[in-house]
This record gives sequence, C-alpha cells and structure tokens, in this order.
Amino acid sequence: MPPQTTATQKSSQKLPANPGETITKLVAGIGNIILGKGDIIRLALSCLLARGHLLIEDLPGMGKTTLAQGLARALGLEFQRIQFTSDLLPADIIGVSIYEREAQTFRFHPGPVFSQVVLADEINRATPRAQSALLEAMEERQVTVEGTTHAVPEPFFVIATQNPSNQTGTFELPESQLDRFLMCVHMGYPDHHAERALLTGGDRREQLASIRPLLTPAELVALQARIPNVHASAALVDYVQALLRFSREAPGFRLGLSPRAGLGLLRCAQAWALIDGRNHVLPEDVQAVLPSVAGHRLQGAEDSTQISQQELLARLRAVPIP
Amino acid sequence: MSITSAPLTRRALAMLLLALTAAAAPHAFHLPLGIMLFVIVCGLWRWMVERAGWPLPGRTLRAVLTIAALSFVVLIFGTVFGRDAGTALLSVMLGLKLLELRNYRDAMLTLFLGCFLVVVMAFHSQEIPVAIALLTALLLLTMALIELHRDPSARGPMRNLQPAAMMLLAAAPLAALMFVLFPRLPAPLWGLPADAHGKTTGLSETMSPGAISQLATSDEIAFRVLFDGAPPAAEDLYWRGPVFWHTDGRNWSVGNHPGMTASPRMRPDFTPLGAPINYTVMLEPTGQSWLFALDLPYTAPAGGVQTEDMFLLTGQPVREPRHYAVTSYSAHRTPELSAAQRERALQLPDANPRTLALGRAWQEEGLAPETALQRALAHFHNEEFHYTLSPPMLSGADPVDSFMFETRAGFCEHYAAAFTVLMRAAGVPARIVTGYQGGERNPIGDHLIVRQRDAHAWAEVWLPAQGWTRVDPTAAVAPERIQHGSADLLARSGINARTRYDFGLRPLLDRVSASWDALNTRWNAWVLAYGPDAQSSLLARFGLRSWLAMTLALAGTIAIVLVLITLLTRSARQPRDPLVELHTRFRSRLARFGIMTEASEGPIALAHRVRQRNPELAANVDMFTALYVAMRYGKKNHTPSDLRHLRRTLANLGR
Repeated sequence: MPPQTTATQKSSQKLPANPGETITKLVAGIGNIILGKGDIIRLALSCLLARGHLLIEDLPGMGKTTLAQGLARALGLEFQRIQFTSDLLPADIIGVSIYEREAQTFRFHPGPVFSQVVLADEINRATPRAQSALLEAMEERQVTVEGTTHAVPEPFFVIATQNPSNQTGTFELPESQLDRFLMCVHMGYPDHHAERALLTGGDRREQLASIRPLLTPAELVALQARIPNVHASAALVDYVQALLRFSREAPGFRLGLSPRAGLGLLRCAQAWALIDGRNHVLPEDVQAVLPSVAGHRLQGAEDSTQISQQELLARLRAVPIP
Repeated sequence: MSITSAPLTRRALAMLLLALTAAAAPHAFHLPLGIMLFVIVCGLWRWMVERAGWPLPGRTLRAVLTIAALSFVVLIFGTVFGRDAGTALLSVMLGLKLLELRNYRDAMLTLFLGCFLVVVMAFHSQEIPVAIALLTALLLLTMALIELHRDPSARGPMRNLQPAAMMLLAAAPLAALMFVLFPRLPAPLWGLPADAHGKTTGLSETMSPGAISQLATSDEIAFRVLFDGAPPAAEDLYWRGPVFWHTDGRNWSVGNHPGMTASPRMRPDFTPLGAPINYTVMLEPTGQSWLFALDLPYTAPAGGVQTEDMFLLTGQPVREPRHYAVTSYSAHRTPELSAAQRERALQLPDANPRTLALGRAWQEEGLAPETALQRALAHFHNEEFHYTLSPPMLSGADPVDSFMFETRAGFCEHYAAAFTVLMRAAGVPARIVTGYQGGERNPIGDHLIVRQRDAHAWAEVWLPAQGWTRVDPTAAVAPERIQHGSADLLARSGINARTRYDFGLRPLLDRVSASWDALNTRWNAWVLAYGPDAQSSLLARFGLRSWLAMTLALAGTIAIVLVLITLLTRSARQPRDPLVELHTRFRSRLARFGIMTEASEGPIALAHRVRQRNPELAANVDMFTALYVAMRYGKKNHTPSDLRHLRRTLANLGR
C-alpha cells in the first residue's frame, strides 16, 4: 500500500535522533516528579505511544494529576483538566457556538477537550450524558457540533481518573465505555523510600515547572507511527491469540476479550518493547501490559463463586507461552 | 514463584490427606495402636492448620517429636530394622513429614512415602480385601498427584477420578508383564528382612503337649484341595506332614537323622495298592519347608522331593501361597525296616516310668505287635479318657505318665505321644506323624478347605505283615472327631462363635462364606501361587529356562513396549519447530539443576531467574536465550548454523 509507506517514511524523517535514549530520558524525567512509580510511567507512556487513552482508578491525592501534567510537560504537549461533577454538561467539555454580533455568525468556542493531553478527573461523578461526550471525542478523535466537524489536536491523549465505584454519587462506566480506555492502571501508595523522598523533597509544583520538553509533538507522532512496525513474530502473535482464546473458552470468564482488546494488547506490548529499547516484542512485554490492558475488561462469570479480576488475571498469566 | 515452592491449595491438601489415610489405613491391623494414633494426630493437626489456622510446629518441637517417635518405635520393637519396625518407622516419619508439609515439594515427598506404605502393606497381607484397599489407595494417591499438577480452576468433585483411573489402567499391561516376567527367586533377591513374610501359624518342627491344641480354635485356612475325582471318605483324609521319631519324654522332634533332608528320592519307597487319588493342593504360607499331601504321596510336585519318611519336602520355606499337584495311594505296603531305623523307632528316654512299665509288661506277656496295638487302643477306649480342646497343663518331668494315669484328658498329640511311647515300650517300632485330618467341603468351588483347627497328630507302627501302618489313637477316644471333622466338634463344645449368633440366616451365611472362599481359592491359585516354580514352569513353555533368559525377556519386552509408545506418540504429534524442541530440551536441562520452569514463563524472565539462582550457569543460559529470542521473536532467520550453535550451547550447559 503505497500511501501508507509514504506516511511511514515521512514520519520516520521526524523521528528523534536517538529514540531509545530519548525515551529513557522521558521516563527518568517524569520519574523525578512521580517517585517510585517507574512501571506506571512506562505503562502510561506505552498507552500514549499506542495511541490509546488511560484510565486511572485510585483514591484522590495519589498523584494522578501530577502524572498527567508531568507527561504533558515532558512531551511538550498542552494540558487541560476537566473536573467532572454531576452537573457537568457536554458543552462544558466540547465547547459552545456563540453568536458574534459583529460577524453576525455563530463562532465555535472549543472546550477543554481540544487539548493534546486532557485530564478528565473523577469521570464517574458526571452523568452518562456528559461522560459519553468525552468518550465520543476519544474514540472518533473529532467533535461534531451543529453539523460542523472539529478535529481534536494530534497527538490526543485522555487520562481519566475514576474513584472506586463503591463511593457514593458515582455513575459507573458501562463496559462498552470502559472498553474505550486502552489501559486501566492503579497508582497505589508509594513505597517507603519514595514516600520519604516525597515528604522531604521540594515543592512538586516548582519541580513540575522545571521539566523541559524532550520531544516535539511531531516527533511524538512519528514515534506513535513506529509502534505498529515493532516486530511481532508469528510465535508472539500465537501467544496473544492463546491469551484471547483462553479468556473466551476457559470457565470463570463472563466475557472473553474483544478483538479491540487483542489489538490493544499487541500495540501496548509493541510500545513497551520500544520503551525497553527493543525492536521486537517478547512474551514478557505482553505479560507486562496484560494486567493494565485486560484487567478492566474482565469479569467473573455470574455464579455463586464470584471470581475476582485479580484471580482471572492470574489465570490468564498462567497461560503457557506457545 | 516456582512450582516447587508454591503453597498447596486446600483441595490438593485435602486430596493428599485423604490418599495418605487410605494408604495408611490397612496398616491399622498390624501396627501398634500408639503408632497409628500418632499418625492420625499428625494428619488432623495438619488439617487444622489449614482449616482453623493452627500453627505448624516449630523446629524445636519437630525435633522433640522426631526423637520421641523414634524412641517409641525402638521401645516397642527393640529395633528400627525389619518389616514391622520398618513399617512403624515409615508411618511415624510420614506423620512427622505432614507437620512440615508446606509446598509442592513436600507434597510430592509425602506422596511417594504413601506409595511406599502401599508397597510395604503387601508384605503383610495379599488377601483380596487388602488388594482392593491398596488399589483404592493407589487410585487416591494418583488423584492427589494429578491435583498437585492441575490447573486449580478445573471443577467437579471427582474431576481427577477419571484421569487417575485411566493412568492406572494404562499402567496395568506393564504391571501384568512385570507380574509374569519379573524374576521370582526362591530366595529373597535383595535382602528382605528376615521377618518380611511375617509369622505364620501352623505346625512346627517339634511337637510337645499343647502344641496342636493351640491351633484347635483357629479358623485360619491351612490349605485347600481340589480332587480330580470323588474325594475319599472323611475318615481317610489324613494330610501327612513331618514325621517325628525322637523324643526326650516331653518333646518330639524329627531327630538327628537323615530321613528329613537327605536321600531324597524320585520314587517313594513303598508299593502302592489300590486306586490312585489325584488332587491339587493350594497351600497357604507356612514358613516351613514341607508340603502336605494325602497319606501316602506317590509323586513329588515340581520343586518338591519325597523323603524317606514319605512326606514331601521343598527346598525353601513356603513363604508364598503355593499350588501343587500330587498323586497318593491310601493303601500301600512299605519294605522291611533297616537296623538303624528299627533302633530309632524304638528309642525311648528314661522318663515316664509308669507308661514304660505298662508297655514292657505287655512285651513280657509276649503279645504280638497287632495284639499290643489293640490292647493299647482298648485301654484308651475303656478307661476314663477324655478328648478335650483345652487339656490341662502337663508340667512334670513325666508328662506322658501324668496324662496316662492322672489327668486322662488330652488332645490328639497327647494320645499320639502316649500311644507311641506305649508301643515302643512294648517293642513295636512306632513314630508320630503330624499333619491335618479331615476338611470341610466348599459346595461352590467344589474343593476341600483344611483349616488350622484340623491340625492333627497320629501314630504309625511297623507291623511285619504290612510295614508302616497308620493308627489313630484319637479315633479310639473320640471317633466323631475323625468322622465329622473339627467344626462339628467345636460346635458341640460351644467354642466356635459362628454358631452362636445365627438368627436363622445360617444357610445364607454358609452360602456367602462358601462363595467368598471359592473366590479366594481362585485368587490364590491364579495370583498368589504364582511363585518361582509356577513361573519357571510357565516360562519353560516359551523356552525360557534360566533366570538370565527371563530377565532378558523382561528387559526386551519393556524396551519394545517403550519404543512402540515413543513411535506411536511421536507420529501422532505435530511436527514441531526445531526451536521449540530445543527450548523444551533447554528447560529439562535446567530441571536437572533444580530449576523448575513454568510454561507461562518468558525466556528473558527465565534467564534472569537462572542468573539469580545459579550464576555459574548464567553465561551459557544467556547465550542460549539471546540466540533463541532473536530467532523466535526477532527478525533473525533460522539458519542451520544458528541451530547448531544453539545445540552446542545447550550441550555445554552445566558441563
């Protein structure tokens, strides 16, 4: 397919001089702000490189906003935050057309969604209507307002956070909406040393401001375009398929992983491999991203012995590598 | 986490404990109660650790328990060697192992201990119920083994039953092959402890007052007999065993003479009269080396010889059930006594002076041997003599005198001994024969069952007209013992428990017990009696005549079977990627160093683990992994030289 080839060639021209080193620096740079969470940073970066969106499920105050801001700054991207509340309206997200008397026309004032990195905070506190406005933008990468289509900027990366669903006043995201997030991660508490460094260290806000961009947006797009070309051998694809098949056939799983989940798993593994400085994917890469990519899409079968997601993941993790 | 240190699932633990219970349960019949209780307590403790969160005992407590258990065994048995002490030791050690049972490795160890317990039980008994119990234990152990290796998500309470049964079934042909071909040596091959075969009840090499009456209430089976034609009358069923010549006044023994062992002959030294009686004897283990046969045996079975005293002897003590065919003649004429034999047949110590005086008085009267014999029998019949199962103790220096003139109540050995002493004193050559008398017919299997309570002793006197003649003094006192058998006698003396609780079910019970006995007879004949002689005669038909040939046949057959299995499974398998094959070999090579791999472990993660655990292997493992990963997951093509390099690296691994 000639057009695609040209696109790849074009983007490869914009690749950073040394992608491996750049990525290492990126991880290190963000790691200075979010302490002791190297894996989460790498996962978030994989998700971004695989052109997916990230859902972070955790309690307030765990560093979700800092992570999003740190990513945006290190990648040289613009950043917007939307605090979701129960009275949030779709227009508050995508923007409104306002009549301008001088020009005698309606002019579209883009909402916060028109940003390269969007932090959608506490997404499950808004009504489903508001949620779906964001989710459509995520999936389509464009917003249609009164017949006019507005493309969101490139790259476009949504980080949504979600409170544990057992808290009051939440609208749980339905499975179909959850599926739109490529990954779902849990930040978790920092370990002893990280927490110590956090408590004795300087002001986060100042440190955040001190991060200088390591990539141009164009270079990031070029990196994203490289992900599908990271070599996934037949044996590796066999493994991914074995995982998908297991989730569909083994007892205990209510729903198998969707083809979209399968593709996402492969892309994330490819991104992970690239971050790891390799140009081919290993089963270990798949295993590294598996909990984040598959976890939120799995549900235990409905019977008396409810199986937790952790248990289902453990079973998937035990699938033999062909 | 490697599989060896993975904690056990509750299911696996429950399955394991159940299987071990089944393996240990049959031992309850012979192990001391304390040992059994110890094992049970250990098992329950382990279960409470799982269920109720009890702690496992610490190192110190375990050490104390170990020493206590060891001392307990030594205290009871005086040793830790031998079959019984060994079994007890194995059992307590199994119990102790349960107290530190944590992970897969411990579970595998206890499983093997369980299998060993099963094997050991076969030293104690090979009866049908025991065989069934052991097979059940084996099935449960296999199920536990499967549970240990199985994906814990599988469902169903008996989900391991079918695969375990299939495994045992698949192993059955090999087991049958081993059963038939494994060399059965007359002597234990690898030093089984001396008590490996256990004590057997039955007649012994000496006879003293009270020796046979001990057996009088034993229902244990001595042997079974299947006659080719109609069985002889009950009063002719004298099953001949060892012959005793020598007495010290109390004990009778074979004596220091060659009749027992030397001069075995192919043809016995007597002239048969009348019709032959052909039959097969299925002998239970006796621990002695004689074979019982109907008075008088004419042919010796394979592996047995005729002795001068006209009983059958075999080279090795009978430790396994044994099956043999014999021809006997109940009428016969024996040749003239030699001077040495006559002297031995008249040997008398100085003890029992009153009996000797009585006999000598008859000799002085000039009574012919036949008359003296009749006089003695009449003496027993007419005087106040009693036949009793519980004769009074004869403790003095002259036991025959005490019996003849004081207690006058005795069992067959008292009568036989007194009669023989009388005859010798009267100048008639006489000796004692021990064996069994009578038997009970089983209508289902159509065979005769001879039990230990049929044990008997009688006398033989040498008469010039006929040679050795059987005389049973017991018949003069209690003719019903000879005509109706021991069961009838026991029933009338109220000793046999079977007749006490009847509830009108007697015909049914009799039938059930007859069927059970018939089944046991088959089992004995087809399974247990397959000993060295049966094996060599079976294999001789196929031209295998030496142990070496047999061993080679066994090894050859197993090799052929293994090759066939390999070929069959190989052709059924998909042709595999040489890389995958190499990686499988790589993993099994690592297993030699105790590095267990899991199928879901990636190659780099595995290499990393090896580097942590066995740094000395790291260089080769890293080299192998790098090349393997490049070929399997990278863009590198599989060139023959790369594959060769991989093989070389694999070969160097761990050199």
